[in-house]
Amino acid sequence: MITSPIIDVSYFPGCSLATTAKENDHSLKELCQKIGVNLVEIDDWNCCGSSSAYAVDHDLALGLAARNLFLAESDRPLLVACPNCIIRLRLAHQELCRNELMRYRFEKKWDKTFNRDLQILHFFELIENRIPEYMSKEISQKLKQLKFVPYYGCMLNRPNSLRHEKNYKGLMEKILTDLGAQPQDWAFASQCCGTFLSVARPDLVTSIINRMMEDAAKTGADCIITACAMCHMNLEVRCTLKQPVPVLHFSEVLSLAFDVQSHDGWFSRHLVDPRPILKSRAVI
Amino acid sequence: MAKNLNSTITEIYIGSNFAKEVKKRSDTDFNSCYHCMSCCGGCPFSEAMDYLPNQIIRLVQLGRKKEVLESSSIWICVGCNNCSVQCPNSVDISAVTHTLCQMAIEEKVTIAEPDILKFHQELLNTVHRYGRTHKLEIMLRYKIYKKDWFSDMMIGMKMIARRKLELLPSRVTHMQDVQFTFNQKQAG
Repeated sequence: MITSPIIDVSYFPGCSLATTAKENDHSLKELCQKIGVNLVEIDDWNCCGSSSAYAVDHDLALGLAARNLFLAESDRPLLVACPNCIIRLRLAHQELCRNELMRYRFEKKWDKTFNRDLQILHFFELIENRIPEYMSKEISQKLKQLKFVPYYGCMLNRPNSLRHEKNYKGLMEKILTDLGAQPQDWAFASQCCGTFLSVARPDLVTSIINRMMEDAAKTGADCIITACAMCHMNLEVRCTLKQPVPVLHFSEVLSLAFDVQSHDGWFSRHLVDPRPILKSRAVI
Repeated sequence: MAKNLNSTITEIYIGSNFAKEVKKRSDTDFNSCYHCMSCCGGCPFSEAMDYLPNQIIRLVQLGRKKEVLESSSIWICVGCNNCSVQCPNSVDISAVTHTLCQMAIEEKVTIAEPDILKFHQELLNTVHRYGRTHKLEIMLRYKIYKKDWFSDMMIGMKMIARRKLELLPSRVTHMQDVQFTFNQKQAG
């Protein structure tokens, strides 16, 4: 029983999905087609400012995020695919709602009225109701042999001013269990991956990542499933164990469950090839 | 390892201007901190910090500006917000540490973690050039600065082979619009 109609949604991929995590971007787009979401990429979007602008220059962080907010179409919600970008864009939106002077400056520069009512969507908010609606019995058999551990990283922690929003803890387990997969318990679902310290302090990040990988392997999980492209990269790049557990994007697994066939270009981009385990579990 | 803190009422009084400034800029009322250290338990990197998260708050309360601006903790903080989620009073510690990073740059104090700052600068340089981050260039420029050619060579080659690291950047077309954001900062 499908209740939600097909909708147009503006799409902000962010730098990671546009480059290092193209497989995340492609699988997300494929999935959206299956669940009645028409993604329209924001024309000429720029970097959200990332953790770096946030750390070293508040005004620059606001300015970079604001340009994207002004580029977004006003008649539809905006999907921000990266959990870090969405915090940057939501904080900027909040600040511009509050700060009249900055709002006036940007409105003048971008020659457009600021959209106070712009709905900025997290990937989870987009799929939460749509996946159960678009799911059929046949689909729910696809993942039934797959054991996984869910990895949220710091995604569910939000700065105080965003904390009134709904918490999505457990959503990955819930949706994937509905699709037949088997979640395993582990201690690191909300452990931070170390983000940018991966470059300047690889020592710190490697020790955390290896601890997580060892624990994931102990649970007997076939894979770690994450909804963050940054986490995905750190888990793959900074693991020094001989037998790392494959890491999959949440969007990849969901697309496979929805029977997307054109997945070959995705897994060849992983540093730890997940295809052998996916084949042995009859997922592909 | 975290250091011991001792202070007196006089210092608290002297330090009040600095504390006020941090409070205003970070939009965070850190005086509700109990110093219960829940944040320290939540922080994934507290073992690598010179001052624990609550000690950073304490130093600000005490007005010990130089020590806090020259601490490594403010740079090690990645802003994962685990501390403020654990905090019984929801003190937004990462808003405080990031404010302190910006003040450390403005005040031209000795930066305790120059490598981390260098990474931030190289990342923002690629945004300045292309409007988006370009990871290969960030890594190469960082490696040149560190004169460290070999530590990530193997993984870097593998990432290029798997097309995870793109050779060419993804670009914004209207670069003058992005540069406006950077220039406005310099002008203003």
